[in-house]
Amino acid sequence: MSNWAGERKMGDIAGIAAGRLSVDELSKNFDDMYPALDSKTAGIEASRCYFCYDAPCMEACPTGIDIPNFIRKIQTGNYRGSALDILTENIMGGACARVCPTEILCEEACVRTAQEDRPVTIGRLQRFSTDWLMETGEQPFERAAPTGKTVAVVGAGPAGLAAAHRLSMLGHEVEVCEARQKAGGLNEYGIAAYKVPHDFAQQEVDFILGLGGITVHYGQALGQEVTLAGLRDRYDAVFLGLGLGAVRALGLADEQVEGVYNAVDYIAALRQSDTKADIPVGRKVVVIGGGNTAVDIAVQTKRLGAEDVTLVYRRGADAMSATPHEQHYAQTNGVKIKHWAKPASLQVAGGVVTGVGFEYTELDPDGRLIGTGETFTLEANMVFKAIGQVFIPDPVTESAACLELAEGRIAVGDGGATSIPGVFAGGDCVSGGEDLTVAAVQDGKLAAHAINDYLANR
Amino acid sequence: MADISYNFAGIKTPNPFWLASAPPTDKEYNVVRAFEAGWGGVVWKTLGEDPPVVNVSSRYGAVNLNGQRMMGLNNIELITDRPLDVNLEEITRVKKDWPDRAMVVSLMVPCEEGPWQKILGRVAETGADGVELNFGCPHGMSERGMGAAVGQVPEYVQMVTEWCKKHTDMPVIVKLTPNITDIRTSARAAVNGGADAVSLINTINSIVNIDLDIMAPTPTVDGKGAHGGYCGPAVKPIALNMVAEIARDPDCNGIAMSGIGGISNWRDAAEFISLGCGTVQVCTAAMHRGFKIVDDMKTGLANWMDAKGYKTLDDFRGLASANVTDWNQLNMNYDIKARINQDLCIKCGLCHIACEDTSHQAIAAARVAGDRRYEVVDQECVGCNLCMHVCPVDNCITMERVDEGKPYMNWNQDPRNPHRTAAE
Repeated sequence: MSNWAGERKMGDIAGIAAGRLSVDELSKNFDDMYPALDSKTAGIEASRCYFCYDAPCMEACPTGIDIPNFIRKIQTGNYRGSALDILTENIMGGACARVCPTEILCEEACVRTAQEDRPVTIGRLQRFSTDWLMETGEQPFERAAPTGKTVAVVGAGPAGLAAAHRLSMLGHEVEVCEARQKAGGLNEYGIAAYKVPHDFAQQEVDFILGLGGITVHYGQALGQEVTLAGLRDRYDAVFLGLGLGAVRALGLADEQVEGVYNAVDYIAALRQSDTKADIPVGRKVVVIGGGNTAVDIAVQTKRLGAEDVTLVYRRGADAMSATPHEQHYAQTNGVKIKHWAKPASLQVAGGVVTGVGFEYTELDPDGRLIGTGETFTLEANMVFKAIGQVFIPDPVTESAACLELAEGRIAVGDGGATSIPGVFAGGDCVSGGEDLTVAAVQDGKLAAHAINDYLANR
Repeated sequence: MADISYNFAGIKTPNPFWLASAPPTDKEYNVVRAFEAGWGGVVWKTLGEDPPVVNVSSRYGAVNLNGQRMMGLNNIELITDRPLDVNLEEITRVKKDWPDRAMVVSLMVPCEEGPWQKILGRVAETGADGVELNFGCPHGMSERGMGAAVGQVPEYVQMVTEWCKKHTDMPVIVKLTPNITDIRTSARAAVNGGADAVSLINTINSIVNIDLDIMAPTPTVDGKGAHGGYCGPAVKPIALNMVAEIARDPDCNGIAMSGIGGISNWRDAAEFISLGCGTVQVCTAAMHRGFKIVDDMKTGLANWMDAKGYKTLDDFRGLASANVTDWNQLNMNYDIKARINQDLCIKCGLCHIACEDTSHQAIAAARVAGDRRYEVVDQECVGCNLCMHVCPVDNCITMERVDEGKPYMNWNQDPRNPHRTAAE
């Protein structure tokens, strides 16, 4: 990843500056999106849960947490029991409580949504319980007797950490190769800062590694410092939780000029800044894309002090992969969302972007997206590309160990089994991946059990 | 607008809402505030002999339910801890200043004729409208041979009531303790003693909870606790039953009743009146929210009476007691089945699991094209109502009568009753 802030001299470009807001304002702007519930408010909210039979929320949770059961335990003050219900199924229950799009998962399925359009706030209750347990400092899980097997996990993101934790619980030794200098993956580098403030991602990593039996080697990228073939030789099994390595390009001329950046790189830099006061931001920001990353970058630049932030998406609101809740959140944060327009050209002066030309779009009678020929221009000091990320297959398609792909990502069967025996994969890098933290955790957990079975039967 | 004034055993009151003998009626300041808020009357907190009792610190314990506070409340407070003269002087002044309100004075003195005669004389001088004999207080005073210690012995109830009737012209209301086996026994004793009315229920012996850290009941007084008197919304069903028992007991002679026990709003009051009460007494609800709650009580009751066409309290008073009967008079041929309105169902499955785990396996859980669907199995449904009660959606589950055409037949007439002949 390019450390864009170091390579480029933002401060030298007119209209881009760091520290537009005071440190106090920045600290407020990047604090918790939603405050934590206290035991009183959590108890009252928990009492709204009907304790459904065959609860629809459970079915909607990719990790299958017994939601009514953990909520009931909040109501009775059995916080430890509640937290264990969550963490047993989802070791990153704390992160998921913060970052899950619950409005399209458990909370959408909550029967109170059907009844009164006001679900039990399951995410916030989950955070209450998992925070409670993590604050006790207890390590509640134990490892099974040693199996003598060692498994390599590539990528210390949600999928890799979930796999590593479960493998360790099952008695295996785990060696994790992580390309970056910190574990946590998108929780550490990719999610909006106000969703996981106060260094939560690292606290969770520490909690997970606290089980023991897991060693993380940083600065070890697959295809560079380590290879799949080499890992296959050295370990009893391999789990790949690689994530997505590349950002889609706009396909416009001058895309490399100053002021045009990848949203994910900018967010990563912002996430690594303690005060955010050193993160340069433009007066006028244009974000291109319609997903959660687009919303995250738009809201964060606004909170850094950008005057005008416009998010432009080529289709209508319904087609945006950012949930309606996220779109609403962007708008209430002062982000202007324009639909039905696609970028047509970049306006550049002196090697620096000054604006983006857009063409209005519509659907033709066959339902295909076409330009209408009408155009408009948005002034911009900064343009962010947030039109999706793609998997870089090179490290898993070398001749010495070449995995089958499907739809550009790693093809997997049950339990994340790839085309090579003993190599498993999960999270965003596999075909059919949902780009959700919670889905990645489930992939890692299921793969760990599949690996355990594989090792037992070998 | 309906007329909600009432003449209760000779005591005129502008509305049926009285504050029960308790902390809210302990002194002039509170009672004046209550009258300003619109309460129809008060039963002044129980007077006793001087020197006044001394109360402990830490007096109330509460039952909270799902974030709702004080679903039940108990207390270990005794009778008034102020000198008799102070109370009598204030009663006199308040009655003079508020002549249209009912002023009833609660009394508790040792179980001897002299003390009763003496205190009745003092109360009569205040201009009070009536007295209420506290035979119910379940804690503290009962250890000293008063309160519930009297109320639990029918002979004592009758004897003290007779003394009081002999020594005063004021209407005598006997307050009954629920801490007995059959409320009718106490009520009959009051009737036989000449009481003008009974009021019920007093508080119930209770421990509201145990503090698991210090292993002691609450309220805790320096590490120890004693049983207290339970009241609040949680006790209303017990009170309603006892009121109904007296209402339909021929030996109780239709004695006037002032209903007490968990009355928090006009609907609760209407229920007590429908079972025959002429007035109701309130304490916990006022202690929870203040005296202003009486506004809803008065207007709510009058609005409901207008909607039903009842012009006075007597128009509906006691109507429900006629429908309280013994189990053996219920119609064995009555048959109802649960009906689930699928359009209202939110798929919580509570009806299914309640019936499946704890009742008759009469609600099937199915998936239709992936969607949850809960359906009643008529041949298994006994019409118990459980599903209707657990369903969180109003009117989603209703009970439909399915026994058309069958005649009334009670258990005494039912051929399935092995003792039918003996019963006849």
